[in-house]
Amino acid sequence: MIEVQQLTKRYGDLTAVSNISFRVASGQILGFLGPNGSGKTTTMRIITGFMPATSGTVKVAGFDIFDDSFEARKRIGYLPESPPLYNDMTVTAYLRFVARIKGMPKTEIPDALDRVLTRCGLAKVTDRVNGHLSKGFRQRVGLAQAIIHNPEVLILDEPTVGLDPQQIIEIRALIKELTGAHTVVLSTHILPEVAQVCEKVVIISSGRVVMEDMLENLTKGQTLEEVFLRAISQEELDQSEPDERVGEVVQ
Amino acid sequence: MRNVFTIVGKELHSYFVSPIAYVVLTGFLLLGGWFFFNLLSRFNLLLSLYIQFQGGAEAANRLNLNDYVISPLMHNLAIVLVILVPMITMRAYAEERKGGTYELLLTSPLRTGEIVLGKFLASFLFICIMIGLTAIYPAILVYFGNPELGVMASGYLGLILLATVFVAVGLLTSSFTENQIIAAVSGLVATLLLYIIGWPAETAGNVLGPLLRYLSVTEHFAEMVRGIIDTRALVYFASLIILALFLTQRSVESLRWR
Repeated sequence: MIEVQQLTKRYGDLTAVSNISFRVASGQILGFLGPNGSGKTTTMRIITGFMPATSGTVKVAGFDIFDDSFEARKRIGYLPESPPLYNDMTVTAYLRFVARIKGMPKTEIPDALDRVLTRCGLAKVTDRVNGHLSKGFRQRVGLAQAIIHNPEVLILDEPTVGLDPQQIIEIRALIKELTGAHTVVLSTHILPEVAQVCEKVVIISSGRVVMEDMLENLTKGQTLEEVFLRAISQEELDQSEPDERVGEVVQ
Repeated sequence: MRNVFTIVGKELHSYFVSPIAYVVLTGFLLLGGWFFFNLLSRFNLLLSLYIQFQGGAEAANRLNLNDYVISPLMHNLAIVLVILVPMITMRAYAEERKGGTYELLLTSPLRTGEIVLGKFLASFLFICIMIGLTAIYPAILVYFGNPELGVMASGYLGLILLATVFVAVGLLTSSFTENQIIAAVSGLVATLLLYIIGWPAETAGNVLGPLLRYLSVTEHFAEMVRGIIDTRALVYFASLIILALFLTQRSVESLRWR
């Protein structure tokens, strides 16, 4: 459903993402892991068509995100790190606006609106203004915004960051419900979250994929923390000066 | 086109649910009313003075509402628009960038041009409402006096075109930054510059002088207030608006590359 091939993104001299490739099968939920600044958000922004890659391709539901951008974007729901809410709009007015710009036919919007309002637990706040919502509700509106047009692919950038434990559990349950019908990419650095909701894991570090496997294979006889830390330190070792390593071998 | 209307709706909605629209409209009408009151009472004073003196009736005939009330009113309103329009447009893009909502817009199946056109049309409609509401003053004159309607209509067209140029320029400066104050200040500098750029025309020589005069929004506007609709002026307004919209489109598109 999502095919990322040899993706590279440079900002001037800085290489944010370097030669990343991975795939997500239809209906799968992928945990996208990595330390802060490892290129998770950049990768997701490229997948959603927000910014072009320096090189490499991304295909979403068979459409190239660069060449067939419109078709691909219609099939993607995206929740950025901070939910993109218009603070002066009410929840329903905002969701209706999003449904329209995502290209939903007018007749389908009322049903879609009812569906996401119940699904995301927003029924009580429909007429509240976004700017007055608590952080947990803002996150839910953000999620509702991502799923309102029933996209095949969902890209969620740290959806539980800054929420209290109860809200985290609710949002996780909600994301888990979405799998099957949607293909989900979920970025996070909360490891238990991945263990609970994801089927497949991709770990990136300094803009490179250091691990890509099914969760069950990774956690055979070890915790995800161990896998994660080993994958990242491996990467750091590879990046250290080649001369040093030669020196070590000689010694 | 449907997407453009969706953006227009959203923009107008945010003008009118926030206090911005009401503050701006009230301020504009308040100042406009004060100008009108001032100009009209001065006109009355002149008229009564002229009639008192010998041969005054003939002189009084030369006093007309167009030259003494409507024309200066238009010029005063234009100055107010120089200041107010950048404040109307400052949030258009800056707020989207600050709040992260541009990420929603740019990942939706929308063309950048549709976003730019939608925001422009919304602000254009807003200034039309603003300027339209001041039509109450000329309406009063038409009811009690006999100003020339054609000249008045031409003046209003000029005022709307002038404000539309300011809107396009204000939107452009808003697209450069995520800080609304910077957007407003740079917008104000740009609109004011367009307004005064013709001032040194007299002393600037044979080449630069006419060029500065042509670039000045005031020159073309003043002609229209006098009742002259010149194609050159229309071309001037249209090209400025299109240029600013084009640059805005490039500027918004460039957000993807940063």
